[in-house]
Amino acid sequence: MEAAAAAARRGASVVLISQAVSAIGVMSCNPSIGGVGKGHLVREVDALDGIMARAADHAAIHHRMLNESKGAAVHGPRVQADRALYRTAVRALLGSYPHVTIVEGTVDDLRISSGIVEGVVLENGETIAARAVVLATGTFLGGRIFRGLEREAGGRVGERPANRLGERMRSWKLAMSRLKTGTPPRLDGRTIDWARLQRQGSDDAQWTMSTMSTGRQQPALACAITRTSARTHDVIREGLIDSPVASGAIDGRGPRYCPSIEDKVARFGDRDGHQIFLEPEGLCDSTVYPNGISTSLSTDTQVAFLRTIEGLKQVDVTVPGYAVEYDHIDPRMLDHRLALPMIGGLFCAGQLNGTTGYEEAAAQGLVAGANAAAYARGTEPLLLDRASSYIGVLIDDLVLQGISEPYRMLTARAEYRLSLRADNAEARLGEIARAAGLMTDVRHRHYERRAEQRERLRRDDLRSDEVDADIGAEVAADRGYAPYVARQEVEIASMRRDGAIAIPRGDALRGVAGLSSEMVERLERSAPATLDHARRIRGITPAALSALWLHARRSA
Amino acid sequence: METIFALSSGRPPAAIAIVRISGPDALSAAAALAGTLPEARRAGLRTLRDGAGEVLDRALVLAFPGPSTATGEDLVELHLHGGRAVVTAVEAALAAQPGLRAAESGEFTRRSLENGRVDWAQAQGLADLLSAETEGERRAAMAATEGAVGREVRGWMDRLSDAAARIEASIDYAEEIDEAAALEDIREILARLVGQMREVCARPTVERLRDGAVVVLAGPPNAGKSSLFNAMLSREASIVTNRAGTTRDVIEAQVVRGGYAYRLVDTAGLAEATDDPIEQIGIERARRVIDGADLLLWLGDPSGCPAGAVQVRAKSDLRHMGDGIPVSARLPRTVDHLWQMVEQATADRTIGSDVRLHDDQRRSVMLAAEELASAGLCDDVVVAAEHVRRALRLLAMVMGMDATEAMLDALFSRFCLGK
Repeated sequence: MEAAAAAARRGASVVLISQAVSAIGVMSCNPSIGGVGKGHLVREVDALDGIMARAADHAAIHHRMLNESKGAAVHGPRVQADRALYRTAVRALLGSYPHVTIVEGTVDDLRISSGIVEGVVLENGETIAARAVVLATGTFLGGRIFRGLEREAGGRVGERPANRLGERMRSWKLAMSRLKTGTPPRLDGRTIDWARLQRQGSDDAQWTMSTMSTGRQQPALACAITRTSARTHDVIREGLIDSPVASGAIDGRGPRYCPSIEDKVARFGDRDGHQIFLEPEGLCDSTVYPNGISTSLSTDTQVAFLRTIEGLKQVDVTVPGYAVEYDHIDPRMLDHRLALPMIGGLFCAGQLNGTTGYEEAAAQGLVAGANAAAYARGTEPLLLDRASSYIGVLIDDLVLQGISEPYRMLTARAEYRLSLRADNAEARLGEIARAAGLMTDVRHRHYERRAEQRERLRRDDLRSDEVDADIGAEVAADRGYAPYVARQEVEIASMRRDGAIAIPRGDALRGVAGLSSEMVERLERSAPATLDHARRIRGITPAALSALWLHARRSA
Repeated sequence: METIFALSSGRPPAAIAIVRISGPDALSAAAALAGTLPEARRAGLRTLRDGAGEVLDRALVLAFPGPSTATGEDLVELHLHGGRAVVTAVEAALAAQPGLRAAESGEFTRRSLENGRVDWAQAQGLADLLSAETEGERRAAMAATEGAVGREVRGWMDRLSDAAARIEASIDYAEEIDEAAALEDIREILARLVGQMREVCARPTVERLRDGAVVVLAGPPNAGKSSLFNAMLSREASIVTNRAGTTRDVIEAQVVRGGYAYRLVDTAGLAEATDDPIEQIGIERARRVIDGADLLLWLGDPSGCPAGAVQVRAKSDLRHMGDGIPVSARLPRTVDHLWQMVEQATADRTIGSDVRLHDDQRRSVMLAAEELASAGLCDDVVVAAEHVRRALRLLAMVMGMDATEAMLDALFSRFCLGK
């Protein structure tokens, strides 16, 4: 949806194709949006006039600023969203784009002529012509669901996978492999003994995800915290016999940082218990999402271990948890536009590129959509570097380093973390968004007003009580971090200088004197466009970089 | 672009020392020291003074406005008297100017190339040389990393990486980590590391060992320092260099004795407080030399003997009574005896297989220790993490492991500084 909206903002006429139109805006997993690193991404998507932040504000029923006791650079805004409200908000926001047409259907193939994409072919044989195509297949490409000994083809429970397209992509000799992710069972909140549990209230502060939103739009609900016990772990160990991961049925790699409960027990079983956050899924929905216990054990085992947990002794499971395994491409094939250079006009975003999380997907969708529009209309691409944004870090990591597990945003990945704060996304990206034509008129006026406030506050031309509250806090944080940010400026300048030095790609690499064949191989895999990119590829030696640099100087 | 400076002639002491300054602030920085600059490309004699107005040296100054210069930037050359103290003082005065810093290895050459002052034919020749040298450097770094330094630094890096990972976890997994406990632990680890790193840095560096232990003769005027200095040079010591320093205050000679190198320094007499500003400067310099001594021979009254110094009773042929090692320039046997004492006293500096850093390694480790010390003081864990990140990068540089370091630094680092 971010891809469709971003392309439309840049003037493209867009068709958004989904297997189930009703599923647009559905959250497959955790009903929470934001967090540490992820909250940064949401604010950046908002600064580029994306949809996610406003939809999250509309649907938020629980607010929490993570890391609030730490420095502003790592504050992580996170909300729990009411699923139904979120979906409605996304649909409404998409509906405000006159040039986005939503089509229900399954894409089986792409139309490609002499290496250039010309459109897509639907399952029903219909063809939709397009100058550029963005693939955002989520967990649906070759998706397979596992639960105990049960197997099911699908990207989400009850929704079928996109198998034909996956087969077609494999036939194009793209480097592809499998990843897995999991989701916990959903609980019936009416069967939870809330009184026995520690309550976690929503923040009182009035912050929002989007600078366009004001205040709280929905009533606040509390979450609760419980933990697994030694008894829980015993039940899980007994149930491992039915586990698809244990039996070797799943080969896709899962994330180390978001392990299933059976992984946690196997690896850290001796701990006195693992925390579980019980998160309500909606105002008019009694479903509860138990965060921290994603699992693919059999349904019986799931129910059995849940009932050993404090507060859940009588709990009913509404939908059991499961693991899903799906196809992804090696993102090193992509360039920084998120385009697959071997097929002109084809862009990829989201889990297809090996990431996990709504926020990571939204960020990529926005960039891929903006660049697909640029490609189709012959305008400038949207390129964000590591010093500009977490989005820039995300894309740079993906296309240069590749992935070995589902990629999740962490602030530790951002070397310029002190200047990339969630609270200054608008200041960092506003001008870029404006120049790229990514702002609607309403956003543009909003941005101009706030940019002026920010400027005047910095000059002490206004007092902090005369500007929007978040701008006051942002400028104060800017001042606090200024000495550290100044130190990083030198690094950033050198990165950008090397970023302006183009280096040879493809076969031309073999013509660079002094490059060993091992270096050529490493470079070919990630196809860096600039010296700065090459520097960040693993295993590239200073000698190889010097050879590239000298080659570039000769060509200049 | 920052303005850089470096000694571009050989290692002092020497007849003259040439310090080059290149970059946008080169002319103003030189003018700040010299008062006025001579006409472009003409040599002019100037008195150099530091920020406090202290005289540093009388020097020949040449200014070359860019871009038609060796580096393509504004360039200034200061031709100084070639004593160590002068060069150090001028470098310190330059470093104190805003926008100036000491050049890294090969940085002048790099700027020449960047600014197109070297054409491709030359660069092609350089390319071969460079890839060989970069490779050579990599091998040298690898060899170093096999040894005691490598083990030590790797140990620091391991512990630091571990601490960094825990700090990052407390940020990115705030909800799951018991932070208070974790961070207290980490502070302790960092403090221990800082202690160890500083301890290693306090040892003399490889270069210092190669140049020799610094043995300084000090005492009031007419205590017999100069006679003893000459006697110590002439008895069974092969003189490597014996040039007067730039100033009247410090005379230095490099001596090899028993296979080990020594730098023997004769200081100006440490007179009591004086009103003469010039003399005052001389005394200040003598004090600086004394501070940098590995071994201080004190020829004055025992009551004035600095802590850690060796009391020497000079002119022992005339003064039969008193404290200290008796020595007379006229009695070779006593001079030999003094030398034996010097050899013993400095032996622990010249032998031993423990970790010795090179000057540039020591610089990196010192900076890393400073970063870690700052990290320990931070309330904001994010800022602490930033310091730790910098420290890790500095250590990685020592190991030649950091590919993310500016590649050009690696490219030219085998080139002699300031060429």
